[in-house]
Amino acid sequence: MATVSSPLRLGAGVIRVGDGVSLRVRRRPIVVSGVLAAILVALFVFALGTGDFPISPGDVIASLLGGGDEGTRFIVRDLRLPRAVCAILVGVALALSGAIFQALTRNPLGSPDIIGFPQGASVGALVVITIIGGSGAVVALGAIAGGALTALAVYGLAFKRGATSGYRIILVGVAISFMLLSVIDYLLARARIEEAQEATRWLLGSLNNRSWDDVLPVAVVVALLLPALVPATRSLRALELGDDSANGLGVQVERARLGLIGLAVGLVSITTVAVGPIGFVALTAPQIARRLAHSAGPPMVCSALTGAVIVLASDIVAQRLIGSTPLPVGVMTGTFGGLYLAWLLTMEWRSGRR
Amino acid sequence: MSTAPLRAQDVTLAYDGFVVTRELSVDIPAGGFTAIVGPNACGKSTLLRALVRMLKPTAGSVLLDGAEITSLPTKQVARRLGLLPQSSTAPDGITVADLVARGRHPYQRLLRQWSREDAAAVEGAMVQTGVDDLAKRLVDELSGGQRQRVWLAMALAQATPLLLLDEPTTFLDIAHQMEVLDLCATLHADGRTLVAVLHDLNHACRYATHLIAMRDGAVVAEGDPAEIVDADLVEAVFGLRCLVVPCPATGAPMVVPEAREAAGAAARQSSSSSGHSPERSQ
Repeated sequence: MATVSSPLRLGAGVIRVGDGVSLRVRRRPIVVSGVLAAILVALFVFALGTGDFPISPGDVIASLLGGGDEGTRFIVRDLRLPRAVCAILVGVALALSGAIFQALTRNPLGSPDIIGFPQGASVGALVVITIIGGSGAVVALGAIAGGALTALAVYGLAFKRGATSGYRIILVGVAISFMLLSVIDYLLARARIEEAQEATRWLLGSLNNRSWDDVLPVAVVVALLLPALVPATRSLRALELGDDSANGLGVQVERARLGLIGLAVGLVSITTVAVGPIGFVALTAPQIARRLAHSAGPPMVCSALTGAVIVLASDIVAQRLIGSTPLPVGVMTGTFGGLYLAWLLTMEWRSGRR
Repeated sequence: MSTAPLRAQDVTLAYDGFVVTRELSVDIPAGGFTAIVGPNACGKSTLLRALVRMLKPTAGSVLLDGAEITSLPTKQVARRLGLLPQSSTAPDGITVADLVARGRHPYQRLLRQWSREDAAAVEGAMVQTGVDDLAKRLVDELSGGQRQRVWLAMALAQATPLLLLDEPTTFLDIAHQMEVLDLCATLHADGRTLVAVLHDLNHACRYATHLIAMRDGAVVAEGDPAEIVDADLVEAVFGLRCLVVPCPATGAPMVVPEAREAAGAAARQSSSSSGHSPERSQ
């Protein structure tokens, strides 16, 4: 029998089932998640219904459920659905990876796009495109290898005396990320013109022409990593208090941190493989979610939903902004994210917190 | 007195191959308030890190209730031994009640996030440290003294019979230093075993029931402060010439550094012209 006790002073209620099960629930994050989910559904239906052949929301939903005429079903389910699903998965994965890194480094700037993982993945992909001359799956492999090597390098260089600190990860990451940016420039400069064109397209990050074959790997990886995230988040909440406190609370600090970094790098790598580097989502989504949910540290569920909303909304705008030639989604997230980051930093400086 | 619940046995502690202490043995008496004192870089914080399994000895072992601490499951250790570290970070936007609640981590599981014991322990810890009125405030908004009491409440919520504190009074003014130490004395009186690294020898003499004085990674003396603290010990440990007199308030030994000698007369003369009262050079 489940009972819900009156809200504690924690701003949370508790659901109890017998003596063995007790879950903490907070009203505000649940409400915020509900609103974000509703926005996401609305955007989703809108994304599936607009384009060269406008389809009414009712017909979109009918086609999704298997009804409607065959032509509409084909447009909705085979042409537009993979792209929208891909946008949502990529948003979720980026936001979660950002939330993990920001909590680990205890700094909003500690997100993967600032500390070099997408840049590493880009170098990997560009090496394949411009030097080896591969395409498709080989580019994906190059991106994964590049991202993973960068993560190893950052972690290894930030490791000292059996411990890594948040600040050291950020500083080392920023240094490596600048180095990688010049490698990218070098690779672009020495490439032949058509290689450079393909490389640039990859670098901007795009959801154009996604098919179910592109969606599948992201879906599988996200589905595999999400369950691992649930217990990992519990150690993360202890790690947020500093390594010494986490240790005092019975967390094996380095092991937990390595596991969390692995999860976060896995999530960010798979998005790079699917759509190329999409900037600023990992940085901004957890920060927006934290402010919406009034939580301590980046909230996981709200961050994931915020990320999905940002990427899907950006992709809709990018597709429609300039009539016939759709912009890559990375351009939009970069613009929104850059503005947001400038605003965030200004506000924090004004209030004298950093 | 029963056997020591926590003991270091012939431990050698080193960072990056640089040896801080060699074959050090220390017993923490059950039910005592142990203070570890010594000059900067004498190895007292290093010893504390080893006692809470944050630093693995290169030789020797740390025993918790007779068992090698590094062989015990870390959550099980966290239910026996709590730590108030020298520095912790509160996540942005966390409330006092929320932070104190995180002390329950060693008792919680995925489907057991908030048992009735959790609620009672958090409530009790907040009342005992006097932060229950602050429960809904943000930790960022509190003063240094309040914040330290909140962190102490988090350690108390962990409900451990052993509590280790790494310089709990650093960065606090004298009134808040006394407040924190009085709180420690209360916790000790309630039956907890306390171990604190303290900077101030007079605080240690006033509050501790057992003193461990260290220098250069070795224990110079240990025992009841009333019995072991004298001018010779202070000179041996800190290299400071001093008088040890009974504290007018508590009768505990009180360390008063000797006045500067004639060598400093010239300096005093020049400083007296800048407003210092001349009675200092009595």
